[in-house]
This record gives sequence, C-alpha cells and structure tokens, in this order.
Amino acid sequence: MSAVIVARHARTPTERFKDAAWVAFVALLLGIPMVGMTTVDQGGALVVTTRFGVLAAFVAASFAGRFAFRWVMDQYRTRRDAKSTTVKVDRTAKVVQVLGWGILGVALFLPAMYSDNRYVVDTATTVLIYVMLGWGLNVVVGLAGLLDLGYVAFYAVGAYTYALLFTHFGWTFWEALPAAGAMAATFGILLGYPILRLRGDYLAIVTLGFGEIIRVILVNWTELSNGPNGIGSIPRPTLFGLPFERNPAEGEQSFATFFGLEFSGMHRIIFLYYLILVLALLTNLFVSRLRKLPVGRAWEALREDEIACKAMGMNVTNVKLSAFAIGAMLGGFAGVFFAARQGFISPESFTFSESAIILAIVVLGGMGSQMGVVLAALVLVLLPELGRNFAEYRMLLFGTAMVLIMVWKPSGLLSSREPTIRLAKASAMGGQK
Amino acid sequence: MAYALQQLINGLTLGAVYGLIAIGYTMVYGIIGMINFAHGDIFMVSAFIAVTAFTLLAAFDITSLPLAITAVLIVAIFFTSAYGWAVERMAYRPLRGSTRLAPLISAIGMSIFLQNMVQLTQGARVKPIPPVIEGGIVLWTTPDFTVQIAWTQILIILVTVVLMVAFTWLITQTSFGRQQRACEQDSTMTALLGINVDRTISLTFMLGAALAAVAGVMVTVYYGVVDFYIGFVAGIKAFTAAVLGGIGSLPGAMLGGLLIGLIESFWAAYLSAEYKDVATFAILILVLMFRPSGLLGRPEVEKV
Repeated sequence: MSAVIVARHARTPTERFKDAAWVAFVALLLGIPMVGMTTVDQGGALVVTTRFGVLAAFVAASFAGRFAFRWVMDQYRTRRDAKSTTVKVDRTAKVVQVLGWGILGVALFLPAMYSDNRYVVDTATTVLIYVMLGWGLNVVVGLAGLLDLGYVAFYAVGAYTYALLFTHFGWTFWEALPAAGAMAATFGILLGYPILRLRGDYLAIVTLGFGEIIRVILVNWTELSNGPNGIGSIPRPTLFGLPFERNPAEGEQSFATFFGLEFSGMHRIIFLYYLILVLALLTNLFVSRLRKLPVGRAWEALREDEIACKAMGMNVTNVKLSAFAIGAMLGGFAGVFFAARQGFISPESFTFSESAIILAIVVLGGMGSQMGVVLAALVLVLLPELGRNFAEYRMLLFGTAMVLIMVWKPSGLLSSREPTIRLAKASAMGGQK
Repeated sequence: MAYALQQLINGLTLGAVYGLIAIGYTMVYGIIGMINFAHGDIFMVSAFIAVTAFTLLAAFDITSLPLAITAVLIVAIFFTSAYGWAVERMAYRPLRGSTRLAPLISAIGMSIFLQNMVQLTQGARVKPIPPVIEGGIVLWTTPDFTVQIAWTQILIILVTVVLMVAFTWLITQTSFGRQQRACEQDSTMTALLGINVDRTISLTFMLGAALAAVAGVMVTVYYGVVDFYIGFVAGIKAFTAAVLGGIGSLPGAMLGGLLIGLIESFWAAYLSAEYKDVATFAILILVLMFRPSGLLGRPEVEKV
C-alpha cells in the first residue's frame, strides 16, 4: 500500500488546493456542532450560542495548515527522490547507546545543576517514575507480548501495601518495599491465572477490567483503604535510618545533623530523586539481565509465536505467569516509591488513564526497547509540563501528540530492536542471512 | 416480583444502549482487528450534538415530539458519522498494516483528544436538558410497589429493535453487507476482486458511529444530562459487552449488551450499587475463562 503512495507523482498546485479545500470542508462539518455552537446555562435553562467567527478561523486554519503541510511534504518527497538512493548504514544502535550514556550522565548530575530548583528535580523524579513503570510494563507487553491495559492496578497494590503496612504495623519504606513487590507479584499471578487461554484483545479488556476492579474496591472498601479520601501521612524513606526532617525525635539524628549540614528541604527532594534513579537503573539492569536468561528468551519466543513455543515443549503457563509476576512486581516497587514520595495516596491516582499513559510510553518508545521507554517518558511527561502555560489545552495537545507520533512512527520512536543473541560472524556468513 | 420486573425493564433499556454502542466496537474489530478506543467518545460527541439540537429546536418552538426526535436523530447521525469517518481517516488509516498496538495507542490518543476537545468547546459542566418525554405506562400495581415502563424506555427498546432488524438486513442482504463481510474475512482477496476496501472500512466506521449516535440521542433523552466524561464509562461497558458476546459477532454484541445491562441493574438493585462494575468485569472474566472467545464468538482456528 505504502509503495503506491510514494510512487504518486508530485502534486500540482491545483491538486493541493483541492485537497486543502476538502480538508476545510471536513473541518467545517466537524466544527459546526462542536466549535460553531455551544450550549450555555442561562438562568437554569440551556441556550444555544453561536461562535461562527471561531468556526471560520478554525476552518481557515485547517485549510492553511493542510495546504502548507502538503506543500512541505511534496518538497521533501521530490528532494528525497532526487537524491541518490544509496543504502544508508543503520547507525541507530550506536546512536542509542551514546544517547543512553548521555542521558544517564545528565540524570546523575541533574540535582547538582539544579540544587536550588525544586520544580526541575521534582519533574525529573516524575519522569523517572514513569520510566520505571515503563520498564516494568515492557516485560509484559514488550517482551512477552501480552497486552496489559490494567498495569496501574499493580502500581496501586504496591502503593497501598506500603501505606497499609505503615498505618497498621508501622513498617518503614525499606521494610515495605520487598513486601509490596511480593504482594504485587501475587496479584500479577492472580490476574494472570484466569486469563492464560486468552489472547490479544480479550486479554486487553480483561486486564482493563482487573484494573477497574482494583480501583472500585479501593474506592468502596472504606474500612481497608479509607475510600476516596485516601491514606495520608505516609512516612518518607530514610537513608540508612537517617530521616530527612528538620527536628528529629529526641536522641535521634537526622540526615542534616549527622552530616553537619544546615537543614534544607531540598535534601529530601534530591534524595528521593536519587532513590528513584537507583531503583530505575536496577530495574533496567534486572530486565536486561533477565532477557539473556532462559526465561527472558522464552518471553520473546512467546511473543513471536505461541504455538511454536508449545511445540518446542515450553511450559507456556509458567512463562506467561512469570512475565505477569515480574512486571507486576516492578510496578509494585514503583508504587511504594510513589506512596513514599507523595506521602498521600488515593484511588484517584490509579485510574485507567494512568494505565493508558504507561502503555503509551511503552508503545511510543518502540516495544521492547529500553531506551525508547526513556525517550517516550521524557516526551509524555515533559510535554504537558511545557504546556503548563496554556493549561486548558494541555491534555488536548497530549492526545494529539499521541496520535501524531503514532502516525509518524507506527513502530515507536526507537523501533530497531537489538537482537538478544547474535550469530557469530563466520556462521552468519555461512547461513542464509 | 414486581421489583424484579422493574429491574428487568431498566436492565433491558440500559442493555439496549450498550448493545448499540457495542455493535460499533464489534464491527470495527471484525473488519480491521483493532479496538476503537475512541468509540465511546464518539457516542459522547453525539450526546452533545443531541443536547445542542434539542435546545435549538426548543428555541424555534418546535414542540411536536415525533418531529423533534426524528430531526435530532438525523442531525446527530449525520454529524457523528462525519466524526467517525474523520477519526478513521486521520488516526487509523495511516496505521493500517503496522503493528497491532499502534492503532490502539492512536485510538487512546484520539479518545483523550475528543474528551478534551468537547470539554474545551462545550464546557466541563454537566448539561441538563428539560425532559423531552414524560410519563409512562403503569404495568402492575402491588400494595408496596408500582411497576412502570416510561415512554422513553419504550422508545429506546423500540428504536433498538427496529435498528437491529434494519441492520441485520443491511449486513446479510445488501451488496454493502456482502462487501463488508468479505473484507472481514480477507481484505486482500476482497481488494483483488475489485472492491474498494478503504471505502468499505470508512463506511463501517460511519455505520458504527451512526449507531453510537442513536445511542447518544437515546441516553440524552433518557437521563436528560450529559457531560464530557460519559463516553469513557459507556465505552468500556460496551466494549465489555462486545467481548462478552464474542467480539466480531453482531448478535453477540447485542446479547452481550443486554446481559451487561441486566447484570448491572439487578446487581445494583439487590446487592450493592457500588460494586456493580466489579460484578460486570468479574462475570466477564468468568465467562472468558470457560469460553475464551465469548458467548457467540467463533473460536479462532489457528493453522500452523
């Protein structure tokens, strides 16, 4: 199909004009009920008001935008066709590697550069949470190829496990972290078990349903979760027992007094930042190591062909369950961190749109690509942040960007996947490849 | 008994609406194998169009009920189909033939876009309209409970039945229906036989949007309030219905819709209203455990 489109001759201005006119017509049709008219509440009854000026501007903008876009695309195409078609050497892998180290370097020194700018460090922490979630979900979606639309459930399980363990038993962050991971993994297996036979989109709706079930339970089971009011005053993590407080309890030391520093609220922010950085890097290391283990290879084999896996005598049940469990566990860890960072959690933080954003990070990044997740998380978290000035249009831009990136690069920003195993050079020459 | 009968009526009404939306999911899934996540929001757009249209009609003093409802239906179907067409053209057609997840993400993006577009252009507040049809028929009076079927409920069930008949005829008897089913089975082969696959897919989207438009008008008449968030919940429920009935199967979508509607209203009436969504999804999971391709879906035969 695409070959046909590329081979099309360059458009004449008339054709471009017709094309843009058609787009403008569609924009007019779509715009009449939404842009052109609106209902306003006037004294208890609705009254229709018209905005034909805005509608005209919208149609004109569509026309001009389409015309310009076509013109640029045609220019680009003719120029590209004119160039000799030498085969480009694919350097993506190399670039990605360099980029990865570069980003890591920036990540390591970011708090030092912005040690007085709380906003930057906070935003970077948010990005890292999403990176970690993306890497966790990548195990399920990217490696094992199981579409999971309810990943946020495990995030919620992790966060609530920590919050509840603290409020009932006084567990600290470090004690709760493994417990919450185990809890989330258990939930992962719980979800995974009934849906082993399902595939593709059936899996999608069931995982989505599972995420909603967890959320509805958290909202309504007030005795357990305090309902929509959420759980507050969750303690922050400590550094080997040193809390980040201005006035530590009698006879105890805080981070500031122990190191003889003046107390500053930034210490905690920076500590949290490094904590999630370490957690995320550990996740990355863990997942990239797992990929080289038999279980990781089994995941990727499963993604490619389930029947072939069965034929080779693989235990598909265990492979799927392990993917769900490990993905869920990583989500649970992120959840604990989230609870500790916010100090307050409520079911509102764990809605479907959160799952959708995490999935979007994995898919936009290029499924299975670890670096892609980082890039996509950067784009998807920073984009709404940059749009803070025109807050109303933020989510509108977010949705548009998701569609546009997908249309522009359907297989994700970084789609070239590193093969897990490479044949040695000599045997590769001998083979068909 | 009387109480149960009332729940049955309410459940059927709700189920009819879910079924109408579910058909849009199932048709799109059947023909291009993707979950059209924005379908629920298409339904929401149509509800807003209906609110505007009803308000306009009231402003022009058109009080004849059949005329008003027909006019609103036509307007809503027209504009909503345009939305369905545009969404497919912009967000899904460029992605045809790429990975299975790409259109899904694009659809989620489209859904976010539509929700926020409506919120921006129409306002985030709940829009109430004055009741269009009032009253109903009292079916049965017992000492402590009166079973009543509202005119709106009769309207919804009637419209749904009529649409189902028309739709079945369209899919099974007309040449468009044949093309549509052919594309579902093998779009490459269909293209080779000289059928415009792109056009068929576009029409499928418009048809799905038209049914969602009817559902949107019906919901507006039934509940009298709309807001920009209704598409999400209705979309998920309808999608659940489509999967429950067996995605890709048209009678399955209707059956699934009715089942979900009934489960919801009975669960809310007898057990707990808070956990009705949990019940819906739990039953979905249970059904899929034993029938992995839904109630009426054909099991996928995989050849190696």
